[in-house]
Amino acid sequence: MKNIAWDKGEHSAGPPGPEAPSRRHFLDYLLGTSVVATLGAILYPIFEFMSPPQVIESTESSVVAAKLSEVPANSGKIFKFGSKPGIIVRTESGELKACSAVCTHLECIVQYRPDIKHIWCACHNGHYSVDGKNISGPPPRPLEEYKVNTRGDDIVVSKS
Amino acid sequence: MKSGRAHSISISNALAAIAVFLFFCASASAQKKSSCIECHIKLDDTRLSAPAKNFENDIHKSRGLSCNDCHGGDPNSDSKEGAKDPRKGYLGKPKTLDIPAYCGKCHSDANLMKRFNPSLRVDQEREYYTSVHGKLLKEKGETRVATCISCHSVHGIRAINDPLSSVYPSNVANTCAKCHASADYMRSFGIPTDQFDKYKTSVHAKALYEKQDLSAPTCNDCHGNHGATPPGIASVANVCGQCHARQAELFQTSPHKAAFDQKQLAECITCHSNHAIAKPGDQMIGTGAGALCINCHSNSDKGFVAAGLMRSRIDELIAGIDKSTEILNRAERAGMEVSKPKFELKGATDALTHARVLIHSSSTVEVDKVVGPGLEVAKKSYQAGVAALAERRFRRKGLAVSLVFILFLALLVYLKIRQIESRQAVSE
Amino acid sequence: MRIAALKLWLDKRLSISTLGELARKKEVPLHRHSIWYYFGGMTLFLFVVQVATGILLLLYYRPSSENAFESVQFIMTEVKFGWLIRSIHSWSANLMIATLFIHMFSVFFLRAYYPPREITWVSGVVLLFIVICFGFSGYLLPWNKLAFFATKVGTEIAGVVPIVGRTILRFLRGGDDVTGATLTRFFGFHVAVLPATATVFIAIHVLLVQLHGMHVPAKYEHSYQRMKFFPNFILRDLIGWILAIGALAALAALFPWELGEKADPFAPAPAGIKPEWYFLFMFQTLKFIPAKILGMDGEVLGIMAFNLVALLLFIVPFVDRSPENRRRRLIFNACGVLALLYIVVMTVVGYVT
Repeated sequence: MKNIAWDKGEHSAGPPGPEAPSRRHFLDYLLGTSVVATLGAILYPIFEFMSPPQVIESTESSVVAAKLSEVPANSGKIFKFGSKPGIIVRTESGELKACSAVCTHLECIVQYRPDIKHIWCACHNGHYSVDGKNISGPPPRPLEEYKVNTRGDDIVVSKS
Repeated sequence: MKSGRAHSISISNALAAIAVFLFFCASASAQKKSSCIECHIKLDDTRLSAPAKNFENDIHKSRGLSCNDCHGGDPNSDSKEGAKDPRKGYLGKPKTLDIPAYCGKCHSDANLMKRFNPSLRVDQEREYYTSVHGKLLKEKGETRVATCISCHSVHGIRAINDPLSSVYPSNVANTCAKCHASADYMRSFGIPTDQFDKYKTSVHAKALYEKQDLSAPTCNDCHGNHGATPPGIASVANVCGQCHARQAELFQTSPHKAAFDQKQLAECITCHSNHAIAKPGDQMIGTGAGALCINCHSNSDKGFVAAGLMRSRIDELIAGIDKSTEILNRAERAGMEVSKPKFELKGATDALTHARVLIHSSSTVEVDKVVGPGLEVAKKSYQAGVAALAERRFRRKGLAVSLVFILFLALLVYLKIRQIESRQAVSE
Repeated sequence: MRIAALKLWLDKRLSISTLGELARKKEVPLHRHSIWYYFGGMTLFLFVVQVATGILLLLYYRPSSENAFESVQFIMTEVKFGWLIRSIHSWSANLMIATLFIHMFSVFFLRAYYPPREITWVSGVVLLFIVICFGFSGYLLPWNKLAFFATKVGTEIAGVVPIVGRTILRFLRGGDDVTGATLTRFFGFHVAVLPATATVFIAIHVLLVQLHGMHVPAKYEHSYQRMKFFPNFILRDLIGWILAIGALAALAALFPWELGEKADPFAPAPAGIKPEWYFLFMFQTLKFIPAKILGMDGEVLGIMAFNLVALLLFIVPFVDRSPENRRRRLIFNACGVLALLYIVVMTVVGYVT
């Protein structure tokens, strides 16, 4: 670009002729259109970015796991905790407990058994207490325990 | 004032003195004099000094017992004759035949044992006589069999939860192997000696020694300890079912149960073998090479078809998971964020694990019940992978289009510069 | 007519015509090294991109240890064009540091800091450090494993400085350890403190450039041509900026910035923690320094040496003041080349090992 001799006589650009104004107009027109198009290409993603997404944002640290009415005494319910399943258990005495629902043995999803009144993994007959402690069978570790609170009719589970 | 304080000080001093005195009395009674140890530890013959030395680490010593509590005699006497006086109950070294009763004197006495360890069982002696060891000892007078001290050692007996104990879970197999792996020792009994070598190759040994999982089974977990005996054909399923409860339960409901009973086949070990039990694999089921089903089932029967079907369903699920994993990995390598479908794919792996257990029911319907949803999950993850790759193509197309615009604009600006500059040149 | 009236109205109040006059008068020298004049403008442009994309990211980002990673993941997966905005922010940050280094070295070698441009240089060096702080604080914000441990190591290095080290470390971390508190304050630095300071120094820097005009190297002082700043030079700048937008879009689409795994303060440090590339040569140096040098802690010496270099950077224009002293010129050139070589070699070594 440095060799553009704008202050010298010789240059490769066409000499100003009678059609020069129309060529100039054409260039300006193209330039204007392209600027608008490029600005559009830049502003469109920005505009889209700012419009709120459809999915409700995931909050990992606490989640409304269920309604109180969905979990009667002596039952359990699997809920989605971030990207992992969790299990919420209501004991016979009405106490609410929550822990991870991923079995520590081979990562099956555990369930609450009302007949034996604790958490059970169907894959290899692993047993956990309602607090998630491994009490029998192959599980090597307890399930991660979560904190449970109630807010009105909502059961809110959070990582302790 | 002053005298009052001195008074209170002297009282507290007196109390402290009493406390110290009581402490010494207590420790003196625990550390009572034992002429047995005093003499034996000095003896040159190691056979005679070793008991005194080893007793230092013995669980019985830490519970306040001493030589005379088993061997009788008088530890207060300073002379050999006085200490070993039969009138004072001196028993000396028991004969092999008498050892179970010798230990059982205390260990079979529930009232006595309660004082030391309320939860300790007191049926070891009785159980021992139900074992092959005990029967040979009692009925045939065979003294080369294992007695209490063969496994627990003697004079250096440690608690079973002491890692140095010869019967600590990770030491049990070695302890049994001392006799059972010795071809010389076992020759006259006419039993194989390869169990220990086989066990060492097993999945159980791997769990115990490599993963240090103390709950993994070693010899006594299947054979019993004090009542050690090979489980019979009828009871082997109960043995394995202690841990593999789900598989055992499923097997009981399967058509195999009746067939095995009828043919007098041992459950579990017919397919899985015993000491050299390997990590099970999918090749074990089916009708192809390496499949165990074809040992009994042949081309035409129902079991043959079911085996083939179960295998194909499991293979289908594995293939589905692999396919999804592959596409998700590809999307991930391409920089797409696919951690969510990757997590959801775990549901399919879950189904696979479950299906592998359900095989023990020998029911294609049961297996299908979990394979179906598993395939569904795998399919969804696959679609998520496809979508991620499509999104990537969309990005590239979008990029190509906008790059065209951008480069075109740059070119136009360049032309504009040339135009402006040519005019500037002319106007000068 | 109405537009003309509006122009007049505005001109009376804002004296636009004077500004226009200034712009028309402004000229850019043309010589063999004119190409380097573009890098200052390019750095400024990328800074503007950073501000724009940064503001956009603020709409969704949440500065807490529980939510930071998830919110960035959310931006990357759920928000429309979130991947584009975040990747551009990350790529532009790195390109900005690269163009800034080029700008600085070109100014150094062309001696553009000769009187009366000392303050321009000093403000530029301040901006360099501000930008490095931007990079260091921004790196932690996604709260992923690598960033977490890189920050841990980075702040630890600051903590080694004698006497004040401990205080600096606690100030940076907001406590004794890298925790959510660190994240909160890094966020504060990144979006409030640093942008404010940067704006002030950019204003000073750019105003001074206008005041003194472009510097012409001594060699061409008597034989150079001129180019009008407006529109000739600014249009060339514009081409560069348009191409930069294209490059950023391409980088973002072809190589989206990775997110990695969420930081876990209790997990063991992963193998091969490396800082961002612009810290790599320092990181590598500290690795090579022996533990003890003449009874002193090697690491401390290394850090002190880097601090010294930083200090020297500030006083460059006060030591080397005129083209007359040829020996000094030679020494300065040698130092510059050595520093450049050192940075390049150490960075490469850092990547290879």
